[in-house]
Amino acid sequence: MKNRLKVLRAERDWTQAQLAEALEVSRQTINAIEKGKFDPSLPLAFKAARLFNLTIEDIFHDEVETL
Amino acid sequence: MTKQDCEHNNYQTKNNANTKTLRNWTTVWVITMAIAAFAPRFIWDFNTSLTIITLLINLAVGFRMLVANREYLRGLDEMQQKILFDAMAFTLGVGLVLGLSYELLEDIKLIGFEPEISHLIIVMCLTYLTAMIAGHRKYR
Repeated sequence: MKNRLKVLRAERDWTQAQLAEALEVSRQTINAIEKGKFDPSLPLAFKAARLFNLTIEDIFHDEVETL
Repeated sequence: MTKQDCEHNNYQTKNNANTKTLRNWTTVWVITMAIAAFAPRFIWDFNTSLTIITLLINLAVGFRMLVANREYLRGLDEMQQKILFDAMAFTLGVGLVLGLSYELLEDIKLIGFEPEISHLIIVMCLTYLTAMIAGHRKYR
């Protein structure tokens, strides 16, 4: 699953540690999500969406192409 | 958000506190285990009452350590939990498979000594350590 977390974070000039604090997870988890190595749970995705005032689809994208 | 906010990271603070609690209970448990193992022989000459009291204290502290471990696990975020649970599952599997095979070795006379539980625990500790390192590397 791809995501725009890094871009959104950079737009707000936040560090990974600051985003981790806001989402109440570890910095390592933010790093893994940004790199696409770990897919967050639905509650965490909703939390991120609320934080950025966006929808989940605005942040996370399925890598499977739809016809 | 400011840098100062980060210093008061709720997750990190809670996690550090849970780690500290678990470390303290583990230390106490190891000490009570050492007392239960060596004191009857070297200090009170196998006095039954003292030995039973020591064992009960060891069990009580062990139970408290398990509670602290549960709190530690619950306090981790979802990725850290996944790494830990994967490592625990792998360790359990290795422990079961190797433990039973190791026990069998003596039964079928392939080794001439009695299998020791401590050998299995060492293998499980090393497996857990390796699995944890591999898990962290995977998501790095």
